[in-house]
Amino acid sequence: MSGPQLADAAAVLALFALTAYALLGGADFGGGVWDLFASGPRALEQRAAIARAMGPVWEANHVWLIFLVVLLFTAFPPAFAALVIGLFLPLHLVLLGVVLRGASFVFRAHGALSGPRAPLQRTFGAAFGAASAVTPVLLGAALAAISSGGVRSPRGSLVAPPLASWLTPFAIATGLLTLALCAYLAAVYLTLETQGRLRADFRRKAISAGVALLVLAIADLPLMAAWAPRLYSRLASPSAAPLLAGGTALAVWSIAAVWRSRFEVGRVLSALSGIALLWGWGFAQWPFVIYPDFSIARSAAPNPALRDVFYAVGVGALLLGPSLYLLFRVFKGRNPAAGRPPRPRPHPRPAR
Amino acid sequence: MSNLMAARGQMAFTLGFHMIFAAFGVGFPLLQVVAEGIYLRTRQERYLALAKAWGKANAVLFGVGAVSGTALAFELGLLWPRFMRLAGSTIGIGFASEGFAFFVEAIFIGLYLYGWGRLSPLAHWLTGIPIAIAGAASAVLVVGVDAWMQHPNGVKALLSDPSAVAPGPMLFGNPHWPVMALHATVACYAATAFSLAAVYAWGMLRGRRDAMRRTALHLAMILGTAAAIAMPLTGDLSGKAVARFQPVKLAAMESQFRTQAGAPLRIGGWPEPQRRAVVGALEIPGGLSWLAYGSAGATVRGLSSVPTRLWPDLPLTHVSFQLMVGAGTALVLLALWYWVARRRGFTRPLLWGLVAGGPLAFLALETGWIVTEVGRQPWIIYGVQTTAAAVTPIGGLWAYFLGFVALYALLGATVVWLLRRVEHGRWAAQAA
Repeated sequence: MSGPQLADAAAVLALFALTAYALLGGADFGGGVWDLFASGPRALEQRAAIARAMGPVWEANHVWLIFLVVLLFTAFPPAFAALVIGLFLPLHLVLLGVVLRGASFVFRAHGALSGPRAPLQRTFGAAFGAASAVTPVLLGAALAAISSGGVRSPRGSLVAPPLASWLTPFAIATGLLTLALCAYLAAVYLTLETQGRLRADFRRKAISAGVALLVLAIADLPLMAAWAPRLYSRLASPSAAPLLAGGTALAVWSIAAVWRSRFEVGRVLSALSGIALLWGWGFAQWPFVIYPDFSIARSAAPNPALRDVFYAVGVGALLLGPSLYLLFRVFKGRNPAAGRPPRPRPHPRPAR
Repeated sequence: MSNLMAARGQMAFTLGFHMIFAAFGVGFPLLQVVAEGIYLRTRQERYLALAKAWGKANAVLFGVGAVSGTALAFELGLLWPRFMRLAGSTIGIGFASEGFAFFVEAIFIGLYLYGWGRLSPLAHWLTGIPIAIAGAASAVLVVGVDAWMQHPNGVKALLSDPSAVAPGPMLFGNPHWPVMALHATVACYAATAFSLAAVYAWGMLRGRRDAMRRTALHLAMILGTAAAIAMPLTGDLSGKAVARFQPVKLAAMESQFRTQAGAPLRIGGWPEPQRRAVVGALEIPGGLSWLAYGSAGATVRGLSSVPTRLWPDLPLTHVSFQLMVGAGTALVLLALWYWVARRRGFTRPLLWGLVAGGPLAFLALETGWIVTEVGRQPWIIYGVQTTAAAVTPIGGLWAYFLGFVALYALLGATVVWLLRRVEHGRWAAQAA
C-alpha cells in the first residue's frame, strides 16, 4: 500500500480498537454504574451478577484501551504529543479512574473479605462504582475535544494550553452520552446473564438507560452545532449520515427488543447501534486525527513504521483471535448457564 | 521542586511501583503451573491448595499490575511528549508486541481464575501455560524499548530520514536488547521466588510447619536458586554491554573518574564528585578492567572524558549498583545455605535469612533498574535527546506527582493487607 493508504488504514485500525473498547470495556464501566445504583430488595444479587459477568473478561476488555493508546503514539506521534499536552488534566483523571476502578474491583472480588456487607467491601464497591461512572464521561469529553478544536497545536508547537479548553458544554454532553451508552450496553448484556426477577431488574434498567441515551443524543446535536460546527456539518455528509441514522434506528429497535424481552436480539442490536454511531463519528471526523491541526496524512508516522505496525498487529491477531474466542466461548456465548456460578465439578479425588 | 524533577519523580515512582507487580506477573504463573501440574500427576492435595492460594494472590497482584501498567502507557506521553513525538513510532513497535503478549496474558488469567470447575482439570492446567509464557514474553519485549533508549540502534538513519528506516529491525536488532532482557527477566523470577520463600519461612517461624508450607518453600527455592545463580552470570553479560555501549554509565556505576588502564573494582564506598574521589571503597586492582573487558590491564574510560553536565547522579548510581551486587551475592549465598542446611531441619537463623531474602530480591530488582535509568541521565535517549528537552510544558507537575504517591501508597497498603488474608483451604489454621 502507498503512504496515504497506510495512514488511513492505521486510522481505521484505531477506530476499530476504540469500538472494541467502547462495546466491551464500555460495558464494564456500565456494570460499575449499575453497581453504584444497585437498589431495592435485590441490590446485593444485582451486584453479584455484575461481578460474575465482569470477573473473567474485564482485564482482557481493558487491554483495548492500552492497544488504542499504543496505536496512537506509534502511528500518529505528533498528534499524540499534542493530545497528551492538551488533555493533560483529564487524562490524568482518566488514569485515576482506571486505576481505582480496576484495583477496587479485584480487591472486592478476590479479597476474601467476610461477606458483601463488610465495611471494606462496601468501600471498595463505592470506589469501583464511582470510578466507573466518572471515567466514561471524561473519555467522551476527550473525544468531543479532539473533534471540536479543544486540543490545538498551531504550526506543530507543543505549548501548554489554556486551562480546561476541553471543557465545553458540548464535551460535557458528549461525556454524559458516552456514560449512557456504557450503562445501556451493560444492562442489555446483563439481561442475558441473569434469570427471573434479576433479569427483570436489568430489563427495566436497560430501557431507562436506552431512553436516556436517545434523549442525550438528541440534546447533543444543538450543542454540537454551536461548539463543533464542522463536525455537525459533516454528520450530514453521505458517508456519515447513513451510519448515524442507522445507529439511531438500531438503538430504538434494540430498546424495543429489550422491551419485548427478546434479549438476544437486543444484545446484537445494541452492539450494532454502538458500532454505527462510533463509525458515524469516525467518518464525520475524517480526515482528522485531531481537528483542525492534525490530519491523518500530516500526522502519520513514516511508511516503514506504519508497515511494521501492521506486521505486529497481523502476528498479534493470530494469537489474539483464538484466545478471545476461547474466553468468550467459555464465559459468554449461547451457553444457557453462562453467568451462573459453575455447577460443582469436583477436581478428581486424591488417589487414596 | 522543578518541573523536570517532579516529572522524573512521578515516572520513577509509578514505574518502580508497577515493577513489583510486573515481576510477580512473570514469576507467579510459572510456580502456579508447576504446582497444579504436580497435583494432576500425584493427586497430593497440598499442591492443589498451593495452586489455588497462589491464584488468589496472583489475581490481586495482576489486577493492580494491569492498571498501573496502563498508567505508564499514558504517562510516557503525558510526561515526555517530545520524546514520544520523536521516538513514538520506533518504540511503539516494542509496546505493540508487548501489548499483544499482555493481551494473551489477561485473557488466560480470566480463564484460569474463573475456570476452576468450569473447565476440565487438564484444560484448566493448560490455561496456566500461556499465562506463564506471555508473562515472560511481556517482560522481554518491553525491555526492548528500554534497551533502545540506552543504545538507540540505528538512530542516525532515523534522524536523517525517518521514511527510510523500519523500526522493527532497529528495535529488535539492537545488540543491547537480549542481554538486558535476559538479566531483567531472571531478576523477576528471583524476586517472585524469594518473596514466596520469605512468606513461608515467616509462617514457619510462627509455628506453621506443615507439609504444604514446606513444599511451597521448596518449590520457591528451586526457582529462586536457579534465578540467583543466573543473576550474576547474566549480570556479567549486561555489564560488558554497558561497557561497550555506555562507557560513561559504567564509569558512574564504579565511580571511575579518570580514564585508566588496569582500573580497580570498587566495592562499597561513597563517591564525591567535587573532589573526584571515592571514600571508603575496597579496591581490587585491575578488577573493573577484567570484568568489563576480560583483561586486567584494559583501559576503562573515566567520567572525566565527558563534561560534568553529562554525568548522571553519581552517588545514586554508584550506591544503587553496589546495593544490587550486594543483594544478588547475598541471594546466592542464601540459596546455598538453604540446600546445605535443609536436611538438618529449618533452624531459626536459616528461616530469618529466608525472610530477609524477599526484600533483598526486590532491592536487587529496583536498584538494578535505578542503575539502568539514572545511569542513563541526563539523556532520555542516550546521546540523542536529553530528559530535560523531553519534558512536558505543563506546569505544577509536583501536584500530580504527590497525587500518584498518595494513590499508590493506599493501593500498596491495601494489597499487603489483603495478601496477608489469603488462606490455603483446609490448611488454613493448621500448625506443625
